[in-house]
Amino acid sequence: MAPEIKFTKLFINGQFVDSQSGKTFPVVNPSTGKVICQVSEGDKADIDLAVEAANEAFKLDSTWRTMDASARGRLMEKLAGLMERDMHYLAQLETYNNGKPLKDAVFDIYGAIYALKYYAGWADKIHGQSIPADGNVFVVTRKEPVGVAGQIIPWNFPILMLAWKWGPALATGCTVVMKPAEQTPLTALYMAHLTIEAGFPPGVINVVNGFGATAGAALASHERVQKIAFTGSTAVGKLIMEAAAKSNLKRVSLELGGKSPIVVFPDVDLDKAVQTCHNAVFANMGQCCCAGTRTFVHESIYDQFVEKATELARKRKLGDPFGEVDQGPQVSELQFNRIMALIEAGKKEGAGLKVGGQRHGPEGYFIEPTVFVDVQDDMRIAKEEIFGPVQQIMKFSTMEEVIKRANDTHYGLAAGILTNDINRALTFSQAVNAGTVWVNCFLHVTAQAPFGGFKQSGIGREMGEEGIHSYLEMKTVTISMSKF
Amino acid sequence: MTTQPEIKFTQLFIDGQFVDSASGKKFAVVNPSTGKKLCEVAEGDKADVDKAVEAARRAFKLGSTWRTMDASNRGRLICKLADLIERDAEYLAALETLNNGKPLAEAQFDMVCAINCLRYYAGWADKIHGQTIPADGNIFVVTRKEPVGVVGQIIPWNYPVLMCTWKFGPALAAGCTVVLKPAEQTPLTALYLAQLSVEAGFPPGVINVINGFGETAGVALTNHQNVQKIAFTGSTEVGKIIMETAAKSNLKRVSLELGGKSPIVVFPDVDLDTAVTTCYNAIFANMGQCCCAGSRTFVHEDIYDEFVKKATAMAAARKVGNPFDEGVEQGPQVSEEQHNKILELLESGKAQGASVTCGGKKWGSEGYFIEPTVFADVTDDMRIAKEEIFGPVQTILKFRTMEELIERANNTSYGLAAGVLTNDINTALTFAQAVEAGSVWVNCYDATMPQTPFGGFKMSGQGRELGEEGLHHYLEVKTITIAIPQKNS
Repeated sequence: MAPEIKFTKLFINGQFVDSQSGKTFPVVNPSTGKVICQVSEGDKADIDLAVEAANEAFKLDSTWRTMDASARGRLMEKLAGLMERDMHYLAQLETYNNGKPLKDAVFDIYGAIYALKYYAGWADKIHGQSIPADGNVFVVTRKEPVGVAGQIIPWNFPILMLAWKWGPALATGCTVVMKPAEQTPLTALYMAHLTIEAGFPPGVINVVNGFGATAGAALASHERVQKIAFTGSTAVGKLIMEAAAKSNLKRVSLELGGKSPIVVFPDVDLDKAVQTCHNAVFANMGQCCCAGTRTFVHESIYDQFVEKATELARKRKLGDPFGEVDQGPQVSELQFNRIMALIEAGKKEGAGLKVGGQRHGPEGYFIEPTVFVDVQDDMRIAKEEIFGPVQQIMKFSTMEEVIKRANDTHYGLAAGILTNDINRALTFSQAVNAGTVWVNCFLHVTAQAPFGGFKQSGIGREMGEEGIHSYLEMKTVTISMSKF
Repeated sequence: MTTQPEIKFTQLFIDGQFVDSASGKKFAVVNPSTGKKLCEVAEGDKADVDKAVEAARRAFKLGSTWRTMDASNRGRLICKLADLIERDAEYLAALETLNNGKPLAEAQFDMVCAINCLRYYAGWADKIHGQTIPADGNIFVVTRKEPVGVVGQIIPWNYPVLMCTWKFGPALAAGCTVVLKPAEQTPLTALYLAQLSVEAGFPPGVINVINGFGETAGVALTNHQNVQKIAFTGSTEVGKIIMETAAKSNLKRVSLELGGKSPIVVFPDVDLDTAVTTCYNAIFANMGQCCCAGSRTFVHEDIYDEFVKKATAMAAARKVGNPFDEGVEQGPQVSEEQHNKILELLESGKAQGASVTCGGKKWGSEGYFIEPTVFADVTDDMRIAKEEIFGPVQTILKFRTMEELIERANNTSYGLAAGVLTNDINTALTFAQAVEAGSVWVNCYDATMPQTPFGGFKMSGQGRELGEEGLHHYLEVKTITIAIPQKNS
């Protein structure tokens, strides 16, 4: 039943190699808490080798730099095709390592395939401009690949996050050194193997497993990496930007945490609203940067909403992610403990616990779907990102008040509003400080639409045309038309 | 033509009014032509920055005059400011020359450029477009490009008025509100512009100006929790500190325009006199105090000796003196600190074996003047070939082939600009593609207009100013995804 683990080393310059130190670290199955396998542990020396390979692949006149942009797109299409071919295996491996229900893993892989295909289409459509500048000059801009891109991805959507990073980087012609999350390196390594089969030149894509404090830090500080893209916590995002500044001013893009509000007005179908809000927070075991973790419900429907939300949470099926379940385990013991501590804080600070609040089962890192009601804005569970299956329901009266409360946070990743009134929908959309605003839906993320945070939820956008921007460096070429 | 423009504004400018600093402290502003004090201005610190940021925040609130006015109206206000600069250009130019030391004719040219920059961005205000997007699913998706918020702007002393407009232009066009800290050496014209912004009709709090020092006012601005973005032009060293501080505080967005050691390359197929003149202007303009100065002059071996002779003669003939005097081409360096830094690098050039063919010393008995200097037989490892001098010092290096040249041109952590002088299309485009520089000039140099994006590769900066691209960093993209019953293309 458990998928075979095929690749456990580092992937540098088109080959799987051991780490320089020979060290390895365990990868755990969060459903059981047991070790799946050991993988190579990369550190600075390995990052150096990978960056060297990536720089070599990026040199002027290299295969990668001289191929048609459309050819880059074709390689990406090829990779997406191979993912489609090996979809079944990849989904199993993802569920085995991450713990998400198999059907969710399948959905993620489709998302990843679409992301790669989307960006494959952009490769030969990255346009500079000719510009009517003052003077007897001919002016054009080129949008060049920024160079070697370091990419550090999280454990919550391993393969999807990989595709979100590789897509724009490869479309623009950058080369990549990726450090997958230490909790979930396995699908990244399989993807690395597929890049050989797809035909990417050696050195264009490199994957170095390891820990943040060692491999991650080495990548963020590297003098020969031109850009770093990071998805993870706000606390680490700040360290990444600091390291980038202190080293070589490499360009930084960040996708960080959130405490996103979802607001329910009384003019909507209550059952649909409850379901939307339920999915908004419980999807992926609550391990979603843009989860709807502050559920603002209008006072006139509050009590009914609470009842229905509690019932839905109670019915949520928890168990072996390879079975017919809605929810698997949290990804690690560390996450499990963090979430339980915040649940305790919720109880202590006086929120009403309607359902859940406890560990589930004798092994692995399962937490019962939990619903807190009568949550006040100053409670820890209303302010801090929990990243677990914990819903906070809060009461509000007016639009003015809810806008103010929605914006009263350092975060700004997403927001949602459920209403059929166009004025309410657009007023809220304009006013809320969030990179993505969902109206009458939530978590609807597509390859075409830019995604990212206001304020301390991040810098820059991923996906859409906008997602290319941070992988490009603009060059203005001004040619004098006067005879020289 | 006035040579002693009256200094009218010396306080801080917060929320539409001139006020003293909270501490009451002041600092001296110096005339670099004489080294003597011109006046004192209010010295802002954290408390003043806090007040300014608060005013900028209020002006940015939902429902405020600034947030609810038509975008086109913002454009009209920016145009009005440009018109007022034009009206007072003569006074501003004189004030600029008095405080900065650049020849009056150059200050006047700066004013024209500043006016053009503001007018350019005024035109963008109501043309900042989001998109509708054919996304997957039964959804209606639109993006908005919203102003990022309160922006901190820290500008240098080399082009005080021009740098102010390069910063104000995109920020105001995008709808942001601004707290600007001018360089402590050159606050006077920024304060006059602040007064013009009142006359132009900008709502109070939209523009604020805090004089002060980097380590106090600058740091307070960069560190501020309620500032959403910081834009800085200055040295690479300080740029790193700015980015670090932005990261540690609230992850405010950062754009940087930093130093350079830009190569200008001369191939043998061009008219030699024109080439020498282009290279001369590339390095000596603005007393060499230009981030994108052509400070590594690579000359093909076939024409090297002849080039050095002509370049030396041209530099030797450069007229240094009182920047208010007619015909003067070079004024003083901006400060004693800069002056001494340049002299130290000159000594290093001599010590490391470069040939001084012209200049090489201090000029005159008062103020911060330096002789136009030419170093020949410079090699890549010399300090004068690697470090940014920011003075009137031309360094001439010899090269043979394109491959070699590209490697040497790129062998620096800077990447601001580059120039190539050749009539051969293959040479020009090969170099333009290969060189790691944000601006590449072919058969010209320093050709920067409001329409052309300008900025650095590598450690010469992050982001671009001017052009459409210059708006980018003042905007925050919001994606609005609305579920609909059935979508159609």
